[in-house]
Amino acid sequence: MTGSILPLRVDGLTLLAGNRRLLDNLTFELAAGKRSVILGPNGAGKSLMLRLCHGLITPSAGSIVWGGGDIPAAHLVQCQAMVFQKPVMLRRSTAANISHALACRGVKRRERASRVDEALSRTGLETLARVPARVLSAGEQQRLALARAWIIRPEVLFLDEPTASLDPAASRDVEDIIHAIHDAGTKIVLTTQDLGQARRIADEILFLHRGRLVEHAPAEEFFNGPTAPEAHTFLSGELIALDQNHA
Amino acid sequence: MTDLWQALSVALSLVAGLDRELMEIVGLSLRVSLTAVAAAALIGLPLGAALTVTRFPGRGFCIVALNSLMGLPPVVVGLIVYLMLSRAGPLGVFGLLFTPTAMIIAQTVLITPIIASLSRQISDDLWTEYREQLRSLGVERRRAIATLLWDGRAGLLTAVLAGFGRASAEVGAVMIVGGNIDHVTRVMTTTIAMETGKGNLALALGLGIVLIAISLIINGLTFGLGAATRPERAAL
Repeated sequence: MTGSILPLRVDGLTLLAGNRRLLDNLTFELAAGKRSVILGPNGAGKSLMLRLCHGLITPSAGSIVWGGGDIPAAHLVQCQAMVFQKPVMLRRSTAANISHALACRGVKRRERASRVDEALSRTGLETLARVPARVLSAGEQQRLALARAWIIRPEVLFLDEPTASLDPAASRDVEDIIHAIHDAGTKIVLTTQDLGQARRIADEILFLHRGRLVEHAPAEEFFNGPTAPEAHTFLSGELIALDQNHA
Repeated sequence: MTDLWQALSVALSLVAGLDRELMEIVGLSLRVSLTAVAAAALIGLPLGAALTVTRFPGRGFCIVALNSLMGLPPVVVGLIVYLMLSRAGPLGVFGLLFTPTAMIIAQTVLITPIIASLSRQISDDLWTEYREQLRSLGVERRRAIATLLWDGRAGLLTAVLAGFGRASAEVGAVMIVGGNIDHVTRVMTTTIAMETGKGNLALALGLGIVLIAISLIINGLTFGLGAATRPERAAL
């Protein structure tokens, strides 16, 4: 099984928590190649949408179909990776964290060492190989998370606000790595609420607001003149009231 | 009071002189308890982590039962193992009653729930943090258990130590299934109980000193090992 798992077709995706609709009837398609950025204020449902697409959460309704819909689940897992807002660092060295990911994907032991070195050098972590991952700085930890995701060569990489807690310099390093991963042929799906980052990375924007997908457009079009009033408000830097419905 | 001081001085001379009888008893005690701890760790550590990563009907009951078994009275364990190993029992054909093997079995039964329960608690804490990452990697159950056990090694060492403490200090189970037979199944705790009853306080005290010293050494080793396996602590 070596065929592409893209495009990703999402239809009527809904997630309920009691009576609350956390995600409401999302329908969209993500094609290979383009860097898709999911933009929206806090609480819009960006992270949930990413987790649903990645298969970490089961939707209340709707469908998520990869490729032609006949791809075995095990293959889907093999073709995806995710980087979380707060990177999960195993209690081992930097190199061992990468090696563990490779082992999980069934890479043979003798092949692992060279791939670990490759991942470390691509993310500038060579000198920190033996350092326990949990004492790395926040920026280094996120670079390690990227190295770990990159080295398993996913076809799709989900990134959940990867620079949310980083300073500008560390954010730039992370963005450079994201661009490199994209250039190497991996589909990027990233959530952010940082307009600057969205402009720097996005080929297309999915704008989420209160659990609904209110706009899905090419990045240039979106930033030049969004059609949805909520997106317009967001771009103009005004506060979007999150709790209008609950007031 | 003079009796006590006299007993203490004889005890210290027994220990310092590496008295043959004393050393034989200490040796058997360590053999039994360390083997039981190794067996209980082999069963209990993966069992605890498996309970963390597996969801099945009755899981809650299993956890409650395991926690309750942590406080198993040694004499009850001794009695149950006695019944199993006695001639009329289901395992009677092996002729294990009143042998060191019977004592190892009893102590393994006694401390496996302690190690398993502590292992589950440590694994639970790690799993909360690791779950999404491991699921994202598509990790199957066996590797998830191995990951939890390796990454929780510092805490698990303490769990194993707690098991060893319980095994080396208990007297009820080994007394019942071992029978406290001289040169065969006589260990430190059964000897202390017997010699105290006979009024031979010197040997009882000597063994008591050794028991406490062993506990100190094992704890010291664990502390040192813990620091070595947690380099991030040392680096901070």
